[in-house]
Amino acid sequence: MTDLAADRDGEALTACHDCDLLHRVEPISRRDVAKCIRCGAVLYRHQPNSIERTLALTLAALPLFAVANLFPFMTFKLEGRETIGTLASGVIELMASGQWAVAVVVLIATILAPLVELCALLYVLLPLAANRRVPGLARVYRSIRAITPWAMLEVYLLGAMVAFVKLVDLATIDIGIGAYAFCALIAVTAWAAAALNPHEVWDRIGVARP
Amino acid sequence: MTAPGTAYHADLAQCHSCALLAPVPPAGAGHGGDVCRRCGAALHLRKPNSLARCWALVITAFILYIPANAFPVMTVISFGRGSPDTILSGVIHLIEANMWPLAAVVFFASILVPLTKLFVLSYLLITVQRKSNRRLRDRTALYRVTEAVGRWSMIDVFVISILVALVKLGNIATIEPGFGATAFAGVVIVTMLAAESFDPRLIWDAAEARDE
Repeated sequence: MTDLAADRDGEALTACHDCDLLHRVEPISRRDVAKCIRCGAVLYRHQPNSIERTLALTLAALPLFAVANLFPFMTFKLEGRETIGTLASGVIELMASGQWAVAVVVLIATILAPLVELCALLYVLLPLAANRRVPGLARVYRSIRAITPWAMLEVYLLGAMVAFVKLVDLATIDIGIGAYAFCALIAVTAWAAAALNPHEVWDRIGVARP
Repeated sequence: MTAPGTAYHADLAQCHSCALLAPVPPAGAGHGGDVCRRCGAALHLRKPNSLARCWALVITAFILYIPANAFPVMTVISFGRGSPDTILSGVIHLIEANMWPLAAVVFFASILVPLTKLFVLSYLLITVQRKSNRRLRDRTALYRVTEAVGRWSMIDVFVISILVALVKLGNIATIEPGFGATAFAGVVIVTMLAAESFDPRLIWDAAEARDE
């Protein structure tokens, strides 16, 4: 937590993102949170080994993502018939019914945005952890901020629970390996997001242009 | 215009993307296409055209909210008979089936949250435009909550995608998605963009402008 900001009188400053008040950046101890004195917004947290921890968790998320997508999520059994649902099958069926717009929304929110986010994180964190320079670090890391709100794994999980409760009295519903991997994926990505300190990433990327 | 102690007052613009503070020339005031020297994002003192953009998106969402509720989000076709469901009738069916907790979740996520969000954003926009100096902290907190809960409205869209994929039993039962689902996904996306385009620092700027 060294330099968020312009140095004035040799001191690092940061502005509250919600009300613009300037604060001096001071070191905080473990589990502490620095909050804006005027509006109460969280300014920064104590996040030790942020880059290494986030990198480890992101690496763990990739195989979970693969399993969550490739294996059955829920299987619907009724009167000898069986339908296997995966994450992608919802998208495919929506397209088959002509609901392109909704299909694209579901595709982005549950598959594309989380995957792009994981890959972009690896692209930024691997070189930073190894102290190497690769092109476009700043641009790639900046794009993650734009992608994050559209990755909605945890919302999908609640939707899956609602669908499960709606169907469970009508038919036999088996929860597949994909669903368990999906839960683990949510836990790991949430943990990674909590471990990541964007200020440290920006400090390590550094000021490239003069 | 702004309080002493703010970055604006100190002629500093905070990058929206990486939070780096950059000195802005007083004349240019950060409107001249400057970019952040650390991350390359466009540099602004405040989000550009925040009020106009947010109003436009809020009004769009209000308009989309009508087809989202009037048209069926899905139709259950069983033995040739189709029973279309709107968002509201889906909640009513859940109540009739005594699935109270589920009805509450769907009602909250699909009906209450999007509407409340639109009214809250309208309230924040109006109070900023009237240069209100009351309950600044509460209004900022209200904005933070509004921005955070919006994504949960997507639940119904995901429920529909799962039901459509699983319930494919030919004549016995099939579920077809309806146009309402498209409109509803539109409402959620547009309200998320509206919340993103609102700049909470305007709440504090406006209050300061009134005091002067």
